[in-house]
Amino acid sequence: MSVPKTIHPLPVSGPRQKDDTKIALLFILPASIGLVIFYFWPLVRGVWLSFTSWDILTPARFVGLANYQQMLQDPVFWNAVRVTLLYVVINIGVQIVVALVLAVLMQRLSRSVILRSVVLAPYMVSNVVAALVFLWILDFQLGIGNQLLASMGLDRIGFFTNEAWVITTIALVNVWRHMGYTALLLFAGLQAIPDTVYEAARVDGASELRMFFSITLPLLRPILGLVLIISVIGSFQVFDTVAVTTNGGPVDSSRVLQLYIYDNAFGQFNFGYASALSVALLVILLVVTFLQYRVTRAGQTDLN
Amino acid sequence: MSRTTATIDPAELKAAGTARQTDSSAPNADRPRRRFNWGKVFAWAVMIALLIITVFPFYWMLRTSLTSNSALYANDMSLLPTDFDLGGFARVFGLQSPEEAIAQGGSGASIDFWRYLLNSVVVATAITVCQVFFSAMAAYAFSRLHWRGRDFVFSLFLLSLMVPLIYTLLPNFLLIRDLGLIDTLLGIMLPSLFMTPFAIFFLRQFFMNVPTEIEEAALIDGAGKIRIFFRLIIPMTVGPITTVAILTYMNAWNDYLWPLMVSYTDDSRVLTVALGNFTEQTPQTGPDWAGLMAATLVAALPMLLLFLFFARRIVNSIGFSGIK
Repeated sequence: MSVPKTIHPLPVSGPRQKDDTKIALLFILPASIGLVIFYFWPLVRGVWLSFTSWDILTPARFVGLANYQQMLQDPVFWNAVRVTLLYVVINIGVQIVVALVLAVLMQRLSRSVILRSVVLAPYMVSNVVAALVFLWILDFQLGIGNQLLASMGLDRIGFFTNEAWVITTIALVNVWRHMGYTALLLFAGLQAIPDTVYEAARVDGASELRMFFSITLPLLRPILGLVLIISVIGSFQVFDTVAVTTNGGPVDSSRVLQLYIYDNAFGQFNFGYASALSVALLVILLVVTFLQYRVTRAGQTDLN
Repeated sequence: MSRTTATIDPAELKAAGTARQTDSSAPNADRPRRRFNWGKVFAWAVMIALLIITVFPFYWMLRTSLTSNSALYANDMSLLPTDFDLGGFARVFGLQSPEEAIAQGGSGASIDFWRYLLNSVVVATAITVCQVFFSAMAAYAFSRLHWRGRDFVFSLFLLSLMVPLIYTLLPNFLLIRDLGLIDTLLGIMLPSLFMTPFAIFFLRQFFMNVPTEIEEAALIDGAGKIRIFFRLIIPMTVGPITTVAILTYMNAWNDYLWPLMVSYTDDSRVLTVALGNFTEQTPQTGPDWAGLMAATLVAALPMLLLFLFFARRIVNSIGFSGIK
């Protein structure tokens, strides 16, 4: 590792210090096109569109803050915010706990690659596939889940049709798909904790449980924080599972923000309002990420 | 292995279990050790329960796809396929006549599954090849070339990591529409063809680790920077490049919302979108679950096969990619 991080303004000597500007420009050209056209330009255009009224067919009309005013008074928007937050809390809460348990178990019981592969398998299939499989497993009449409940003498549950259940169900379906991935991220973090710490604790007679709470958890904190931030950002963007299983129903009880944005744009061709909703989602994400970063102190480590 | 207690396989656990039984009959049993073993048993029970939850839906896909719809509607809970039947797969691949399909609980509508499969393959392959190659080029410029403004431009790419993908979708859709590429495969792939910030960062990390001595030797032999990229850097980092390619292929294959926005007809419909339409075209008699599970299985299979071949590489790269 002897590549300098920054370049000296003037080439010194030897073949390596040659100025490569021409070749470099050639090499970053395709990526820069992608960056400007498909990342930065949409950012600008999205903000601009949120100040317009536009149905695609007629030219966009500047309406100032009208979309944002409409948004603040839109009960469906606030419901979508509430539903999305509920989804994120259940999804992330369960996922982090299960993944942490899985990661610690993998570290303490078996580090076999086969085991880790099995755990990661759900992550390989699409959200659509995961959603459809659980739509079938949890079907009210025929699904094995409800048949199991019925055979135990319990009431069947409308996992995808009951307002009280639907968000929990969708959140748990996505826990199924992502828990292995999250567990592997945490597992990698656990590898960074030196064995000597555990050995010292064992010599002092600490139990497994004690070691988990006094060593593993505190030393894992920065990585736990990062994983939390990554997962929450992903979680807020939930769309596929909802679109495939309930399409927002019953009665808006699973109409998450992303679905509402999609409905406004492609159902009602209300691109201005949909853009304003996107900006709102972006702002929520930025605030949540910033808060998490501060609270978990993800940037600092307690190792050393 | 420096740690002794961390790696215990089921066989050892079993041995420990029998040892414990003999222990308990002995008057002076080692108490802390016994509690420890019970903890192990409990831990394995939790682990096995989680593994069953992980694997069961896959099995259930297979089991359902091999059962006839009439048997499914008879409410049976058998763990093995009942009334073994390949009709589900036959419907997926269009091997049944519409009458036959309807008789077996299918919708009878012709679904052009091969078309969707081909579309998915084309989109995912093109995205993977272009995106990985262009990202590798940029990563090379950011790691091994010396030019003014390198750090600044790199920080611009860093900034793009902060933009949630979902936010760019609407404006990108409008751009694709302006370009007249709605309902084309090119429209679906275009935004992903050039780069992802992740691929650039991931590859840059590995390119930086190639020893400079080797590069200097090549330079003295008269090789140019472009030649070094193709003949030295790429061959020396085939491993990480493969990892990025697999992850890219997987993401492209599994993507749903973006292709849903762009494609309207069979011309550009990819597998995920076709599957997602299922709930809207349910036949009168009730959903064709056997056919659907056969379709999901076929859609998931390429990824599962890819995973089977590259599991070790993928599993070992996850930690790095996330924490980096």
